[in-house]
Amino acid sequence: MILGKHQRQASPSWADYFARQAEACKTPALKRFYAAGVPAEEGPIGDVPLVALDFETTGMDPREHAIVSIGLVPFDLRVIRPSAGRYWVVKPPRPLTEESIAFHRITHSEVEQAPPIAAILDEVLSELAGRLVVVHYRNIERPFLDAAVMANRGEHCLFPLIDTMALEARWERHGRLRGIKRLLGIQPSSIRLADSRGRYGLPHYSSHHAKVDAMATAELFQAQMARHFGPSTPVSDLWI
Amino acid sequence: MEAEILEIRDHISRHPPFDGLPDDLLDKVAGAVEIAYSKAGTIMAERDRQVQALSYIRSGAVEVYRHNGQLFSRLGEGDIFGQFALLRDGQVRFPVQAIEDTLVYLIPKSVFDQLCAADDDFADFVELSGSRLKSTVEQSLRNNDMIATPVRRLISRLPVMIEESASVQEAARLMTEHDVSSVLLLKPGNDEDSDRMFADAEGRQWLLTGMITDKDLRQRIVAEGASPQTPLARISHGWIITIQSNESVNEAMLTMLRNNIQRLPILHRRRPVGVVYLSDIVRYETNNSLYLVNNIFSRTSVKALARLTPEVRASFVRLVDEGATSRMIGGAMSSVGRSLMRRLVELAEADLGPPPVPYCFMGHGSLARNDQSITTDQDNAMVLHDAFEPKRHDDYFKELARYVSDGLNACGYPYCKGGVMATNDQWRQPLARWKRYFSDWIAKPDPQRLLHSSIFFDLDAIHGETRFVEELQDLIAARAKASPRFLAALARNALGRTPPLGFFRTFVLEQDGRHNNSINLKGRGIAPLNDVIRVHALGVGSRGQNGFERLDEISAAGALPAGQTDKLSYALEFLSIVRMRHQAQAIRDDHEPHNAIQPDRVSDSERHNLKEAFQILSNAQSFLRFRYPSPSR
Repeated sequence: MILGKHQRQASPSWADYFARQAEACKTPALKRFYAAGVPAEEGPIGDVPLVALDFETTGMDPREHAIVSIGLVPFDLRVIRPSAGRYWVVKPPRPLTEESIAFHRITHSEVEQAPPIAAILDEVLSELAGRLVVVHYRNIERPFLDAAVMANRGEHCLFPLIDTMALEARWERHGRLRGIKRLLGIQPSSIRLADSRGRYGLPHYSSHHAKVDAMATAELFQAQMARHFGPSTPVSDLWI
Repeated sequence: MEAEILEIRDHISRHPPFDGLPDDLLDKVAGAVEIAYSKAGTIMAERDRQVQALSYIRSGAVEVYRHNGQLFSRLGEGDIFGQFALLRDGQVRFPVQAIEDTLVYLIPKSVFDQLCAADDDFADFVELSGSRLKSTVEQSLRNNDMIATPVRRLISRLPVMIEESASVQEAARLMTEHDVSSVLLLKPGNDEDSDRMFADAEGRQWLLTGMITDKDLRQRIVAEGASPQTPLARISHGWIITIQSNESVNEAMLTMLRNNIQRLPILHRRRPVGVVYLSDIVRYETNNSLYLVNNIFSRTSVKALARLTPEVRASFVRLVDEGATSRMIGGAMSSVGRSLMRRLVELAEADLGPPPVPYCFMGHGSLARNDQSITTDQDNAMVLHDAFEPKRHDDYFKELARYVSDGLNACGYPYCKGGVMATNDQWRQPLARWKRYFSDWIAKPDPQRLLHSSIFFDLDAIHGETRFVEELQDLIAARAKASPRFLAALARNALGRTPPLGFFRTFVLEQDGRHNNSINLKGRGIAPLNDVIRVHALGVGSRGQNGFERLDEISAAGALPAGQTDKLSYALEFLSIVRMRHQAQAIRDDHEPHNAIQPDRVSDSERHNLKEAFQILSNAQSFLRFRYPSPSR
């Protein structure tokens, strides 16, 4: 434990990074985003304002694919507030493929009438400011948002986040019985959002809508905290 | 509206009390919902804490406790809690604990208040005390016919009136002449201020001053040795309780009960228009079946009786439609069943001649419990005088039993599959033998005897020497109470049929081929509930046969924790009336009525109440185990 603390102090912290970015960034929205800071590393998660974030994209690669919709729902360990959340459909720089339409149920016309990401970035950033982001599967929202900000503002947007999928993997994939299970040929359980939720008795939602998924992620995180951690868990144990 | 709000809205709109809300209010609720997750075991509402929101269970289950830690209710998906705190001072009275991982939608107090103000049904729902089942049962009581019918409907003749200056003897003559047991007293007057003043057809002004009854004549004149010439004014009470003609029958009944009177003058404005008797109301209540019973006794053959079957069914459907309670319907149908049986015995005796020794035909099961419905087997037996000699007399009784049993079968009461019929030699025995049966069953219970006990210990005399059956009832009441071993065995036996609830709140459906995906309300609900009630009734030495009567006695004896008998009585009423309603519907649809219902074909609130009723049964079964433990040897 003590070693771990020293290690973390040795490397630059998220708080340092945010402070430096607040100084360095030229874009006012980014400046404000960074200036809002990050929660204290050793502070209890129960005190931290959170925001569940979900993007729908045309693919998995931020260099090639684009964001189609953004949903976010503010919450904390006590209560989730869907009505205070936001949802945007955005127009990607390249036209939508048929496959992604089928998957997202967002139609051409919806996208055609939507604003480009550049028009809403400031709003998104101000919703995220001062809140710790929670996502399910870390490799979408952060890289896609960073790529979008870089493309439109020429600066980086990086932030700590909590990945409910990674948390789920901690006990579903890396539990003590992992080796034995593999020997016995037991399939590892799915850690996809819907399957993970099922393990906590959470209801089924008709998914693939960014805001529903954000709400679902917030619920999952509350459930994970209730079952495996507690409100006093330090933030640094959870974020990545 | 955004997708996640739609998800919320879809769900709440399917559950009462939200299912009745207009769209704009539903939108408001869904748009204001906040969400919280609690893992199993979490205390979700602590006593004396303030709550700011109504909790709606989206998934999972919770238990609500009383102050003393007793379970108050168990709630599941679509249920709400916190409404009582919100309606009062915002303080939690009954703590709530999650028993499963639970996701709750929180509806802020401001929205809750708006809903209560804007929607009466919503307000009623949340304000009705505690249990939804209770409020449903009470609501159906309120919807009863007696509430809707004005008391003037019961008036059959003009009131008999006399001046109070007349003598007692004149009043007695008038009462005899009109064949009434009461007379209204008047005096001429023009006291405009009195609300007792009225004008008769000729325009004369009168003041209504009182009423004299048979009882007054007996107590105040005959018993006192007073002169028949005593003026009526001298013995008048000088006050009179009346009711307006447009008040309900129910109100009239309550007024009489409240004031402990048997007669109530009915006024139209100030003018007396009639007198209603308590017995009129009783008669009114059972009017339909009384008519049918009269009809039964005028039939002269089994065939003619069998032709009444459609009328029996029609009267059943009518009672259900009129919103009668299961207790009223059960009582009426039982008196029909009883009358049929009596008439069959009369016809048999007319055929076979008088019985060689006195006997009593007794009824068991639903007939004895006065809770007969429309589909019911015959359960009967015969108690013979101890002078009975099988060789000399049994041919007669065997034939009598056969005649009645065949007749009942022809009239729509099929033979008992378990052979509980007087045609069975074993159940056609002298009183002494019956006493031995019952004593043995109580003294040395075994599975077969327990089964017999649960059938035969609901018993009532139908025809013949009632005292035989009374002696048997006395024996059961005295012996069973004093036999902990028997009660324990009977209690264990009463746990055999469990309510169709799975691990919390899910219905376990039957897959028996005939009624797939259904619940047998009788087999899995009403019958086991009666089993539970019977054990308690025997435990307190009750001679009552009817489930509700037994519960009253159990309650009076303090055998169950406070409130438990009420709950059982609500559950019994609800399960019974749902079964009857479904049977009535089947008859209307020209289907054969049965005891199965399909939960996915009933409304959400009915399904909910069913679950609550089954839960009460389940809890009662658990309690039975502790209440009557097996005595250590």
